[in-house]
Amino acid sequence: MHEYSIVQSLVDSVAAAVPENATVHRIHVAIGDLAGVDCGLLTTAYEVFRDGTLCEHASLAIERIPARWQCPQCGADGSLRCTRCDRPARLATGDEIVLQRIELEVP
Amino acid sequence: MCQKVKPVQLDVRILARNDNAAAHNREHFSERGVFAVNVMGSPGSGKTALLEATARAFDDVRRVAALAGDLATDNDAARLRRAGMRSAAIETVQACHLDAEMVHHELHHFDLAGVEYLFIENVGNLVCPAVYDLGQNANVVVLSVTEGEDKPLKYPTMFAKADLVLLTKCDLLPHLSVNVSAILEALGRVMPHPRMIPVSPLTGEGVADWMGWLTA
Repeated sequence: MHEYSIVQSLVDSVAAAVPENATVHRIHVAIGDLAGVDCGLLTTAYEVFRDGTLCEHASLAIERIPARWQCPQCGADGSLRCTRCDRPARLATGDEIVLQRIELEVP
Repeated sequence: MCQKVKPVQLDVRILARNDNAAAHNREHFSERGVFAVNVMGSPGSGKTALLEATARAFDDVRRVAALAGDLATDNDAARLRRAGMRSAAIETVQACHLDAEMVHHELHHFDLAGVEYLFIENVGNLVCPAVYDLGQNANVVVLSVTEGEDKPLKYPTMFAKADLVLLTKCDLLPHLSVNVSAILEALGRVMPHPRMIPVSPLTGEGVADWMGWLTA
């Protein structure tokens, strides 16, 4: 289960982005449907890991991003293989593991 | 004094540190003319056996090398050394996958002189290794014939990222009721460009096709 190491990276990312004396209230992350991250396990890992970190009092909001395949040739959205150009599609969205924003308070 | 909660927009990749290390590894491989392959698959799918057969298939085994990731033991690296391949173990202890920093750390004291192909044998796992970029040039997923025809549908992230799937242990097919075309059909539902080579390191079936793909 790699969700713990993702939470470790998440807390490190928050720490790098906020002043030391800030109080973090809420963290917003985006997780793609094909990112290989289980949102339930991520939440559990976060609840366990945040104790004693600067995220201790911060709730976690997760936005799921659906997988969207796009043809690199014509840009059409659709299936894994473009029916018009007969080319393999690329994943346009759906592999995100992103820290979007933080709600914080600085004295 | 009144305090206010304010939002700070960041939009940063949570695994940015891993991605930076992966970019560094990729540069390291590129400078040395090394083609790096991330070899992934379930425990027992036959990753090490495949690499042993790969070592035997090269005219000069000094052209290939491997880093073998496992939670514990250097058994796989030792097997590959016995097959003539320069190799080192990366013991991940608790981690269910390799990350770019582990590979980077190993590369510091791993001799790549004369190596054209470096295989990074990931920890046996169809979930976590797909998430971490190691700086590889290609992803190869090893799937054995005993694992079930719908395995690609159960682990879409892993197979969507594969450049090639090697269907191993094909020598067992006469003893099983496995439909190879059903596996290919399942791959077609998750891989944009499905490519699968049936192989058997035991009999040598398909090894030439795999070598052809690798060295193309």
